[in-house]
Amino acid sequence: MVANKLAPVLDPEEWRIIIVDRDETHYYQPGFLFIPFDIYKPADVVKPKRNFIPRNVEVIMSDIEVIEPEANRVKLMRGNQVIQYDYLVIATGSQIKPDEISGMTESGWRKNIFDFYTLEGATALSRFLKFWPGGRLVLNIAEMPIKCPVAPLEFLFLADWFFHERELRDKVELVFTTPLSGAFTKPRAAGVLGDMLAEKGIHLEADFNIGEVDNSKQVIRSHDGREIAYDLLVTIPTNMGSDVIERSDMGDELNFVPTDKHTLQSSQYENIWIIGDAGNTPTSKAGSVAHFMLDVLIENMLRHMEGLEPLPKFDGHANCFIESGFEKGILIDFNYDVEPLPGKFPLPGVGPFSLLKESAVNHWGKMSFRWIYWNILLKGGEMPFESQMSMAGKWA
Amino acid sequence: MSAVLELVEFDAEGFMNDAKAWTPEIGEAIAATLGITLTNRHWVVINFARKEFTEKGEAPSLRRITKTTDVDTKEIYQLFPGGPAKVAAKIAGLSKPTGCI
Ligand SMILES: Cc1cc2nc3c(=O)[nH]c(=O)nc-3n(C[C@H](O)[C@H](O)[C@H](O)COP(=O)(O)OP(=O)(O)OC[C@H]3O[C@@H](n4cnc5c(N)ncnc54)[C@H](O)[C@@H]3O)c2cc1C
Repeated sequence: MVANKLAPVLDPEEWRIIIVDRDETHYYQPGFLFIPFDIYKPADVVKPKRNFIPRNVEVIMSDIEVIEPEANRVKLMRGNQVIQYDYLVIATGSQIKPDEISGMTESGWRKNIFDFYTLEGATALSRFLKFWPGGRLVLNIAEMPIKCPVAPLEFLFLADWFFHERELRDKVELVFTTPLSGAFTKPRAAGVLGDMLAEKGIHLEADFNIGEVDNSKQVIRSHDGREIAYDLLVTIPTNMGSDVIERSDMGDELNFVPTDKHTLQSSQYENIWIIGDAGNTPTSKAGSVAHFMLDVLIENMLRHMEGLEPLPKFDGHANCFIESGFEKGILIDFNYDVEPLPGKFPLPGVGPFSLLKESAVNHWGKMSFRWIYWNILLKGGEMPFESQMSMAGKWA
Repeated sequence: MSAVLELVEFDAEGFMNDAKAWTPEIGEAIAATLGITLTNRHWVVINFARKEFTEKGEAPSLRRITKTTDVDTKEIYQLFPGGPAKVAAKIAGLSKPTGCI
């Protein structure tokens, strides 16, 4: 997205834009959610990255070994190549680290313990669910923050629907364990979503900080000694920034890069900028957020190139469709200061979408998002609304 | 309630409204209301949490505490039963750790 935005405005005589990525494939991660339930196939969520890269941008496929911010250079694994930079944009995202939890990746991993935050995990789980006769499904969030904090809830809502359709719902117990004190991070939405869990007969085990997985007994234990039995454990393991951030000693305790939450400039280096999940900005780690960051980041980089101060324009805006099963969905819209509120989200030509309330339109919004993502967002295109959150249509 | 806490203001969840109004005596008194008697090991965590808050404007997460101090996860759950990061922040007079969004 950054390259797509910068390429047309930077003079190619003066600037070279280089993208380094270790993976040739771009994954539409929001689609991973639908794979276990056979709504999407793996082929629906992958495309080659090259399709989205403008012509005058160089691409190097390599793992980054280390970033040396003091020397303004990046060392690559491939051919020990070294790249000097004037500006560096870090967009290395976040990854799951199942090894952070004792016992997680021992005997049960991808046998009766699965994640769905990777394509491999989601695909393995889909195979498992095909023949599962039912039992106790425990969905566990190991530690916050996680990317797309609504995805675990959506998973449960979709599971409830999936087992209904297969006439197995009475044979499946759904349990949700979370380190949070409620269903979600923001109080108003936590209330609504908590009620929905209860209505669907999903048991919520709050304040549950997982300490270990004991697959010989098929239980998970919390640090405060609670035990929860499972037949099938679906986990959102600890999410951490990329290993290269740790190798470069540039991250916090979760390898997220300290970032000015309003300007998106690195807190330490003025020629380093951070977009997406890689930073430690206290908003949701979501594709929608990366999109809302984009315009602020580009404007601030261009200002910096002109010797101007960056503007504190990023407000933490996040916007998530939550699939709630049975072809319905919920939309939440919030920022650093305003929690998700009920109301209507006005979207010219398509909306309005109901906020914090189930509707079929919201479900179709989510399903068409895949098209918007591949065809507009990745190419740095415009959405018909502003990066900053608007109070229009919200009931405070 | 102990006399030290009479003039202290708390939010709905029991976190102090103003971290600057905190004193170690207030910390002892809050801990007592939670049934905790503070030892040196508690103070390692509390002092660290206060230092972080002063520097970063935010109470540290559990992982941050266990990674930066010599108090490990097992011990911190014994010291501050319940949610250690939250309980430690309460006693240290800090606002609720955001940690999670
Ligand atoms: C199951 C699931 C559901 C989701 N649902 C939604 C949703 O409904 N709505 C929404 O808005 N968001 C959703 N998200 C979140 C969204 O996918 C992410 O927030 C988004 O992809 C973040 O983009 P990013 O560019 O920061 O990181 P990523 O897309 O993760 O990209 C990081 C890139 O960095 C590269 N990289 C990392 N380390 C190195 C290295 N050392 N060397 C070279 N390259 C490296 C990787 O190869 C990768 O290409 C969901 C995520 C998941 C997992």
